[in-house]
Amino acid sequence: MTDTAVAPLLIPEPVAGYPVTTERLPVRILLIATAVVFLVLFLLLPLAAVFVEALRSGLGTYLAAITEPDALAAVKLTLLVAAIAVPANVVFGLAASWAIAKFEFKGKSVLNTLIDLPFSVSPVISGLIYVVLFGALGYFGPYLQGHHIQIIFALPGIVLATIFVTFPFVARELVPLMQEQGTQDEEAALSLGASGWKTFFKVTLPNIRWALLYGVVLCNARAMGEFGAVSVVSGHIRGKTNTMPLHVEILYNEYNFAAAFAVASLLALLALITLVIKIGLEWRYADQIAASRRH
Amino acid sequence: MDARAVNEVNSAAGGIWPLSWTTWWDRPMHVVVDNVVRTFGVTPALHGVSLEIEPGELVALLGPSGSGKTTLLRILAGLDIPTEGRVMFDGDDALTLTVQQRNVGLVFQNYALFRHMNVLDNIGFGLRVRPRSRRPSRKEIRKRARELLDLVQLSGLEKRFPSQLSGGQRQRVAFARALAIEPRLLLLDEPFGALDAKVRRDLRRWLLELHNKTGHTTVFVTHDQEEALELADRVVVMSEGKIQQIGTPDQVYDTPNSPFVFSFIGESSVLPVRVDQGKVWLDQHKLDLRAGDVPNGPARLFLRPHDVDVLDNAPGAIVGEVSVLRRHAGLRRVDLEVGAERNRIEIELPADLSLNLASPVAFLPRRYRLYPASQAVET
Amino acid sequence: MAEGRGLVLKRPSSIPGFGLALGFTLTYLSLIVLIPLTGLVLKSATLGLAGFWDTVTESRTVAALRLSFLASLFAATVNAVFGTIIAWALVRYRFPSRRLLDAFVDLPFALPTAVAGIALTALYAPNGWIGGLLAPLGIKVAYTPLGILVALIFIGLPFVVRTVQPVLEEFDRELEEASASLGANRGQTVFRVMLPTLMPAILTGFALALARAVGEYGSVIFIAGNMPFVSEIAPLLIVIKLEQFQYAQATAVGTAMLMISFGLLFFVHLIQAWQRWRFGQ
Repeated sequence: MTDTAVAPLLIPEPVAGYPVTTERLPVRILLIATAVVFLVLFLLLPLAAVFVEALRSGLGTYLAAITEPDALAAVKLTLLVAAIAVPANVVFGLAASWAIAKFEFKGKSVLNTLIDLPFSVSPVISGLIYVVLFGALGYFGPYLQGHHIQIIFALPGIVLATIFVTFPFVARELVPLMQEQGTQDEEAALSLGASGWKTFFKVTLPNIRWALLYGVVLCNARAMGEFGAVSVVSGHIRGKTNTMPLHVEILYNEYNFAAAFAVASLLALLALITLVIKIGLEWRYADQIAASRRH
Repeated sequence: MDARAVNEVNSAAGGIWPLSWTTWWDRPMHVVVDNVVRTFGVTPALHGVSLEIEPGELVALLGPSGSGKTTLLRILAGLDIPTEGRVMFDGDDALTLTVQQRNVGLVFQNYALFRHMNVLDNIGFGLRVRPRSRRPSRKEIRKRARELLDLVQLSGLEKRFPSQLSGGQRQRVAFARALAIEPRLLLLDEPFGALDAKVRRDLRRWLLELHNKTGHTTVFVTHDQEEALELADRVVVMSEGKIQQIGTPDQVYDTPNSPFVFSFIGESSVLPVRVDQGKVWLDQHKLDLRAGDVPNGPARLFLRPHDVDVLDNAPGAIVGEVSVLRRHAGLRRVDLEVGAERNRIEIELPADLSLNLASPVAFLPRRYRLYPASQAVET
Repeated sequence: MAEGRGLVLKRPSSIPGFGLALGFTLTYLSLIVLIPLTGLVLKSATLGLAGFWDTVTESRTVAALRLSFLASLFAATVNAVFGTIIAWALVRYRFPSRRLLDAFVDLPFALPTAVAGIALTALYAPNGWIGGLLAPLGIKVAYTPLGILVALIFIGLPFVVRTVQPVLEEFDRELEEASASLGANRGQTVFRVMLPTLMPAILTGFALALARAVGEYGSVIFIAGNMPFVSEIAPLLIVIKLEQFQYAQATAVGTAMLMISFGLLFFVHLIQAWQRWRFGQ
């Protein structure tokens, strides 16, 4: 049976009001035009602007900007932070979803709410809370200074803030899926004599691998791109505590636009790659990723 | 229904119908479908279907899925447009009318009730969206909606929401909603398909009563032949986009005109035979059956399993060997192997007949049909 | 394991690893979330109720909170309207570039906020592609509250589109057909039958976009003028107070913001619960 509701743009004018479940052509054109203009204006143009501005002063300037020592240090720091935060969050996500999906206990909804918490907290506050704990005037400030441990304005602080902001991504993809899958496979494996860990690695993990990949990709994109939280804890020390987004800010504030956009373009490329992988996973493995499309 | 009958029914119903409401009763609609073809791309769903529906008739479009019955219904409703052909409502071309203009009442299998409105608002919807000139006052709309609620025997449920109703209740609300716009034609798309067996039976009875009360021309689509035979004034048997037969329930059951209709309606058993010079032959054995005007050559004998007489070795009987015996309520189902080719045929016999495996049984069908072998059974 | 009467905290199960998994989860959450958040609340409590109130009602703070909230409200409303239109066009129509645009709706989720911030500024600055077109008309976007609005529209758009899309995709066509058969024209069907059904999703998307916008920092500070009382958003105020080592005041503003965010989230849950009650599942 033909789908009479989805109207191609250029269908001839309805005959006697058919198809019934769509609007007249002028209305359709107006709505499509509005949608396209809005999306191009608000989404595509900014993206294009990044690349145009990055290359405005020529390829030479561009390459110089991204290979400059401070920029390279920023790239290294960004990669390092992601390399610590993402695996940590993967372990957390697996642990949390194992607990939530395979067992019945009181307080699950509280746990779920806690996991969703970072999404409702401003990035600045996400950094603020660690400054309050570990900063010079923070609760542990004197103790840390006495022992010459640097958390704020150093790598550990940046990692902590990044973890706070990104840990929900993996967990949120795994929990609904594992809840949907239930405990049958694991119980079957256990009844056949497999140990807990073996069951986990050989039965559970394969079942959730695409959702895990999806969560990792989102987590990584956010970890590398986080700005507000890291900005608060970082100290902005060139070459030492600047991630790529922070480096972009510094360059921009110095009116070094070409360089700022050059570094930004790397992040934009990362975003595009993330989008491609994300869409690819959604199209191919839609049923093996979280049942609800949530962000 | 004439005005006198209208008044009788009205007073019998306690006079709940304001007289203005009876205006549509004396003009139920006459529908003509003329050679309607509907193709989707290269796939034809309807191959030139023609049909005439008398005012006030309750007609069933019966057939398996893919037979085109729903397509035909949607064309009548205005939800679909035929590629060729005409549809006439009381002599006017219906195809120039949009769905909104056709004034048909539609009832869907899955109710299609508006979940964000309560029952009363659902029923009154069709009246509320009318252009100002034809729109009754809000009070009047509420009044009519309540009357319809009484008609479908759901009084008191005005404030409920569809999610708070059972399936049978939802469907009755859907009927009330369709009736509210004073339609000239009622179109029902497998209206009881989503309901439990018991609710289905109850609603079938209810629909018959409703139809007798209101007298609308009604067309309903179903794949359930029991339902069609029970409810319809006439049954339109369809298959693969074509009409196989139109007739009263008795006609399509007793005198089916094709193997498809015979096997679709009621139970059937088939036996390959040969027709030669007006006589029916099974292998070398002449059967005491009339060949009618079936041409010479291979043919198929269709009979109803329960419609047989057991004969003791009468010369013109069909003889077979029992291969399977099954008890079926108060009767016995017997699979026989018949003839040189040991064709299997199933018949129903009284349980008190003593039978064993491999014992011979001779029988003749009381009523039967013969079709040339070339007339295929489409499913 | 508790049996029969008494508090049953966990149902017995044959699957191992509960203790390990839950223990790790709770430890992680405590270290990363609970303890730091407690620190935040405690720190703002050191001001005492009076001090807290004073900080929060300081005129600069009020201006910042009001700007953040109002701009977010406006942006979320724009997103609700246009996001619904976009979802409608993406789901109900076929047109060239539809799939590409559908994929790009998620860009604000993937793009780092700082990148978005400088890109939007470049676009809307007086010499930018769009700013340049608007300048002769006397409309200034960059470095004004209008710029803040643009940035907040950018980051909130996917929320509405992605919450409305699934509902629209699953919308029962028979409802539209029933409505038409009852005599409703297309406009009546859309506004009386379809939109009410979509409204919970639209509201949810609106609330999510609003919650995100209130706390947004990176994409806003470049395009905003950051002038106190005029174009200074609340998160920026927190950063400034931190740089001045006014931890307690910073946490006070932060706590106020948290209360707004949680209030919004609660509102979302209320809508969803009401929808479940009213319409059934």
